Amino acid sequence: MSDLDRFIDTFLNGAVLARYAPDILRGVWVTVELSVLIVIAGTALGTLLACIRAYRIAPVSFLIVVYADVFRALPPLVLILLAYFGLPNVGVSLSSFAVLFAILCLTLGAFAEEIVWAGITATDRGQWEAARPTGLGFTQTLVHVVLPQAVRMVIPPLTNRAIAITKMTALGTVIGVPDILNQATTAQSFSGNASPLTLAAVAYVVLFLPFVILSRWLESRFAWRKI
Amino acid sequence: MSKTIMSPAATSPTAAQAGAAPAVARPTLELIGLRKSFGAIEVLRDVSLRVARSEMVFVLGRSGSGKSTMLRCCNRLEEPDAGEILLEGERITGRGVNLDRVRRRIGMVFQNFNLYPHLDARRNVTLALRKVLGQSREEADARAAEALARVGLADRADSYPAQLSGGQQQRVAIARAIALEPAVMLFDEPTSALDPELVGDVLAVMRELKQDGMTMLVVSHEMAFAREAADRVVFMAEGRIVEEGPPEQIFTSPRHESTRAFLSRYSFGQ
Ligand SMILES: Nc1ncnc2c1ncn2[C@@H]1O[C@H](COP(=O)(O)OP(=O)(O)OP(=O)(O)O)[C@@H](O)[C@H]1O
Ligand SMILES: [Mg+2]
Repeated sequence: MSDLDRFIDTFLNGAVLARYAPDILRGVWVTVELSVLIVIAGTALGTLLACIRAYRIAPVSFLIVVYADVFRALPPLVLILLAYFGLPNVGVSLSSFAVLFAILCLTLGAFAEEIVWAGITATDRGQWEAARPTGLGFTQTLVHVVLPQAVRMVIPPLTNRAIAITKMTALGTVIGVPDILNQATTAQSFSGNASPLTLAAVAYVVLFLPFVILSRWLESRFAWRKI
Repeated sequence: MSKTIMSPAATSPTAAQAGAAPAVARPTLELIGLRKSFGAIEVLRDVSLRVARSEMVFVLGRSGSGKSTMLRCCNRLEEPDAGEILLEGERITGRGVNLDRVRRRIGMVFQNFNLYPHLDARRNVTLALRKVLGQSREEADARAAEALARVGLADRADSYPAQLSGGQQQRVAIARAIALEPAVMLFDEPTSALDPELVGDVLAVMRELKQDGMTMLVVSHEMAFAREAADRVVFMAEGRIVEEGPPEQIFTSPRHESTRAFLSRYSFGQ
């Protein structure tokens, strides 16, 4: 057997690929589902918290900052394990899917809060000063004038962060979420062949490359601030 | 614009207050004994001013004399420390005033336009109409079209601020303010950020507003325009109104020393 044959047999074994492709496809669906939910919920959470922070109610802002700092400091894997194996001891038992969703959503929320907040503070003060004298209230100004500008400004870092977090769905493997990686490692141990992992890698690329390209498109689309 | 309407407002506020009751309607905007400090700096020291209906009052003064602060107090972007502001006879300073209701009756135009960059010209105008006055899209669009036509930009409703020249942006900002049909318009150096060739368009719009009877309080250094269009010129120095009168008098025979110094710098300085 030549080196090339051995390489192909290990990583691109046709029979193994065909055998396990349906499992991995099911994993793709789980990963997609999780990713979409996490991105929507996490971004919404972060944006909402950033808006609440704009009211500058000291104790509320303090709590938001504590949350954001803690969730940005801790590795998500630690939180995932802690929640999955710890919570049942206090009578809360969540499915592995729910734990993974909750932790990654909270993590993305923490980053998104900081990013959107940066956008809100970077928005020209003149925008407030123009809007308030027309009779728009604080909340109306925030929602209709400042937030749209803040979000446009932070689309690039926000999409980068969203991509980084959705890739972390692979962490679900350790608590048994049947995502792409989990299906692939299971298939790998049953078949004793690495081809399912190759397929998983391909699946991730196919899945996330459009995201990455979309983020580039969004970046150029919302680049109206440039001169 | 008859002189009889102008003259009572031109008399000193103290005299009017003391009961020399003017035979005309109350002033549209009245500042009484306004004071404002930033920390240790006293920026406004007992400023009183009356702006009559349909009057155009020009405010001159050196940088730092408190002109912007005075305007910003009028719609409470700054909170005066003491004194009162009356809008059409109604007190708008102090507690218990619905700020959002008061503010939309006072239009404000800034040096740097402050248009909403994410909205096109039409939506810059309609935002407050829809969210504050609760107009339908059709109503608001019609009002915006009207306001944009008044500033000569009927054909630029779909343009975003970044696609407009400075002069056009400032005119959209004026349209945004007049669409709310304010009782008075405040202008803070509306042409200072503009290239000289664009200044004329903005001044032309202001001239037309005046002809349509808009009440205006204008901080600006466009002397020629003040001379031609203003009903009254007010000169501020160190937080006080030190001199006021018809433009001819202020420009040709200023009484106060600082006015004279200021005007000579402006006419011969550059
Ligand atoms: N928010 C603020 N905090 C502290 N000081 C301020 C603030 N706003 C204005 N000042 C000070 O108040 C004084 C008057 O400012 P103001 O902007 O009213 O002057 P102005 O007459 O409009 O001057 P200019 O012609 O330069 O616009 C200045 O000394 C300025 O430094
Ligand atoms: Mg100023």
